[in-house]
This record gives sequence, C-alpha cells and structure tokens, in this order.
Amino acid sequence: MRAAGIVAVAVFRESVRDKVFYNLVLFALLLVGASIVIGQLTAGQDVKIIKDLGLSATSVFGVFVAIFVGISLVSKEVDRRSVYPLLAKPIRRSELIAGKYAGLLLTLLVNVVVMTVALYAVLFFLSRGVPENIQHAWDAPALDPALLKAIALIYVDLAVVTAVALFFSSYSSPMLSAVFTLGVYVAGQFSADLKRFDQIVTAPAAVMAAKAAYYVLPDFSRFDVKLAAVHGVPITGLYMAVSILYALAYIGALLFGAMTIFARRDFK
Amino acid sequence: MSAPAIRTHELTKDFPVGFWRPRPYRALDRLSIDVAQGDVFGFLGPNGAGKTTTLKLLMQLVFPTSGDAEILGRPVGDVSVRRRIGYLPENPYFYDHLTAEELLDYYGRLFGMSAAERRTRIGATLDRLGIAAERRLQLRKFSKGMLQRVGLAQALLNDPEVIFLDEPMSGLDPLGRRDVRALILELRDAGHTIFFSSHILSDAETLCSRVAIVAKGRLAAAGRLADMREFAVQGWELVMANVPAAALDRVRARARGVTTIAADRYAIDLAPDARPEDLLRDLTAAGATLVSLNAVRETLEDVFVRRVAEIGDGARPSAPAGGQR
Repeated sequence: MRAAGIVAVAVFRESVRDKVFYNLVLFALLLVGASIVIGQLTAGQDVKIIKDLGLSATSVFGVFVAIFVGISLVSKEVDRRSVYPLLAKPIRRSELIAGKYAGLLLTLLVNVVVMTVALYAVLFFLSRGVPENIQHAWDAPALDPALLKAIALIYVDLAVVTAVALFFSSYSSPMLSAVFTLGVYVAGQFSADLKRFDQIVTAPAAVMAAKAAYYVLPDFSRFDVKLAAVHGVPITGLYMAVSILYALAYIGALLFGAMTIFARRDFK
Repeated sequence: MSAPAIRTHELTKDFPVGFWRPRPYRALDRLSIDVAQGDVFGFLGPNGAGKTTTLKLLMQLVFPTSGDAEILGRPVGDVSVRRRIGYLPENPYFYDHLTAEELLDYYGRLFGMSAAERRTRIGATLDRLGIAAERRLQLRKFSKGMLQRVGLAQALLNDPEVIFLDEPMSGLDPLGRRDVRALILELRDAGHTIFFSSHILSDAETLCSRVAIVAKGRLAAAGRLADMREFAVQGWELVMANVPAAALDRVRARARGVTTIAADRYAIDLAPDARPEDLLRDLTAAGATLVSLNAVRETLEDVFVRRVAEIGDGARPSAPAGGQR
C-alpha cells in the first residue's frame, strides 16, 4: 500500500494547488459576518445560532468538496489520459483507488479541523464577557466539547459521501457521477421516511422499491446530530461507535465496488 | 537463450460499438510477435491499424479479448515487471499543476527510489532530454514539443530495460525529431530494447533493426525492413544544378528521364542499378553541383494500402509469422 500513500499525498497537494481550501475563507467570512449580525439582533441566542450555523456550514462545505473533488479524482485522470503513464508504473489499480480516497479524506480532515478551530474561536469571542447567570441559562456551554462529537460524525458523513462519489466516478462521467452522488446523498437523508413509506403509500411496488432503497442507500441522517449537540442533548458513545461501524461497512463495500470495477476497466 | 523482451501470442481485442445493441469491433486480430532483447523494433501502420491498442494491451490499459502477452518473460499483468519498463503514450498528458521536477519525483516515488536516487536520476534525465532549465516550470506552460520531452523523461526515469514509445516523434519539430532519433540510438547502444510505433517510414528506416507492419488490426508483414521487397530501392532521384549542356547530353543517355525544374536545375531519374555515385562524380567533375539525392521506394502508405486490399475483410493474412528470427 506504499503506492497508495504516495497517491494520497499527491491528491492532497493537488487540492492545495487547486485552491480547494479557498472554501475555508468563505467559511470564516460567513461565520464572523453572521456572528456580528446575530449579535446585534438576538439576545442570548447568538451562541446557539452560531453553533448551528457553524456545524451546518462545516457539513455543507465539506459535502460540496467531497462530491465535486471526489467525482473528479478518477475521471480526471481517465479523461485527460494522465492515467496512462501512471498505470505503467509499479502501482495496482486498487492502490490508485485507495490512494485517491485517502488523499481526499486527508484534504477533508484538514478542512474540518480548520473549520472546527474557527468555530470554537468565534464561540469563545461571543461568550467572552457574558455574565455567568446568563451562561447557566444556555442549553450547553459555548465551548461545549460535545460539538466535537457532532463534527466527528460530519467527518464520517463526508467519508461516506466521498466513497459514493469515488464509486460512481470509477465508471461514469463526472456529470453523471455528480448527479448520482447528490441523488444518493439527498435520498439518504430521508432514509427513515423510506422505511415508513408503507404508511403513506399503498401500492406494493412503490413500497417494495422504497424498502429496497432503504436497505441499499446509506442512512445519512444517522450522522446528523447537529441539533442534539446544539441543544445539549447527550450523544452516547454507543451511538457514535455504531454510526462509525455503519459508515465503515458502507465505505468498505463502496471502495471494494470501485476497485473491482476499475480493475477491469478498459481505457480506450 | 534469454526470453524475448516482448512476446504476444494471438493477441486479440474487440471493442463494443453502439449504445443500444453493442457489436464487437475487432481492433486487433491475433497478433503474434516476438521482440528480442536489445532490438529497436518499429511497429508500423496507418492510423487506426491497431498500434496504440497493442501498446495499451502491453501496458494493461485495456484487457485482451483473447490471447496473451509477456514482457521480459512475465505476464503483462505482473506489476513487478513495470519497474523494468518505460512507456511514452501517444500525445501524453501530465498533471499540469506540477512542475517537470515534481512530476518525475512523483513517479520516482512510485518506483521506490530513495530521495538521493530521485534527485540524481531526475537531474540526469532532464539534462538528457534538454529540459533541465525548465525543471521548475509548471507543465501547463510547456509547449507540445516540451511535453513530449517530459513524456520521454518519465519513460526513462527508472533506466528501463524495455522502452515503449507510442508515436515518439509526434508533435516534434525537425530538431526535436533529430534529438529523439539520436536518443533512441543512444539507448540502443546502451543495450535497451525499444518498441516504438510510428506511421512514418523514414523513422523506421533510420532506427529499426526489425519492424512489424499492421493494417486493419492484423499483422501484414514482419522482419528486417531491408529484406522486405516492398521497400527495396526502385530507383534514384538525383537533383543537380549548374549542369553544363555537354554533360546533360551524357546524362540523358544514362537516365530513365530528365526533368527541368528551373533554368539550370534538373531532376534525374535513374534505374535502381544505375550507380548514382558514378553519375554524381562525372557531373561534379564537369562543374555541376549536387542539390539532393534520394532513393525512390514505395512509401509505407502505398504498402499499407496494398496490404489492406490484400488482407480484405475476411481471410487472415498469409504474412510471415510475427518476429520469427
């Protein structure tokens, strides 16, 4: 897997060169701008709103990077034919897929870590000087460590999205991969509704299709604990562990699928 | 006896054509060739003959429908053999956000070279290809000819035993072509095996110890170029200037034809056995000056056209078994 590590570092460097991290500037501007405006408009709710906004922005920006960088990881190599000289080197196709995946995970990790630091910094400045009795009235402290649990699950969510994007891009065009990945991501947000589809619709075929989609599609809503974190509702270690294992199973299956398809693909 | 550097046996590739009801299109049909170690092997054919498909099959960029291939005695799917080969694709593209040095460093890491080894090899290879001054320039700023040199550099980085070059002269100006020819000969002298595809006969004439000609995906001929009757000299074209009138009369008696090109410039058509060097000596002694002397032979294109017609769509060619030495 040494070759996969080399590819991963190359992907990370390419992300830096392609200015993927510019989204961090936008994130910081959004957070700082919002905190100034919200500070003027709300009384005592600003910390909660900033937490909600910060977590949501971390997720949305991350999904954006995961999908749009993820779909181009393999397809760009194939379309531009840089894969020709690359695969003539001592590297297995499966290592290329693994390296591309690991490289984007590294990029996303840096992205999420910087956003987390920025969010805590803004929360620190917002809560500074707020009287203790008001702070006690909050659902959770401003610098609540539980936010890290929500952020960790956002990262797990991004890891699954990246695996979906990579899976589709291992055999289809970037445009189709983007559509498929977005489709899976959106449908996966409504996983619970798919399960309960028989309570709204009676047509057996539709119910069957919804049930099948429920079992095949990853349940992305499982990784969304933003509301709980913001309102100080405990997120148990067991919930975290099960969610991570659930994600690992999907990631494993998707990467295996991507590697299997890519391993037999002809580059015409 | 050592294993051939490259061996293909009945190598066949079909591509599906059509969206709704795909039909197989045979891009390569039962190609069998052997390339000995140390050979400069020209793989010739017109566009669409199956040259690039063959190279892609050898690089495992596409998989055969049937048949098999080996490089240095190992199946082409063996990743370890790629440490010992170099490959220049046709019209290569590399990551344009990288510099030439960074690209070679990336590939050097994949070859498992140490940092010191990479530094030495990258410097030496860029120097050899004449692009050392541009080593820190992003590839997006490179011209097509310079990219071709980068392509050659990455193909030579690991000092490969066997080098595959797909249309290596493509995109190069005359000076670049001369440099690549010199490089190939230098590599040959150093004992490397070179397999290169081309549709230009003169490249093969200058460089190749042996050639294979493919047309319509099938092997049309294989062997030494000099032994192929199609490429035997069919005459000579001698162009002379300042030819005195008396000398011109003597020329007319010995030539198949004389054409006036300009006031004092003549194109002299000689039979293959007419010994142009004798006539050249006579004319220069009489005060004429040499403009050019060329062997007239059937062009590769002519041979392709005829072979394609001979092969037709049905029967397999009765060409010599590929690469029998």
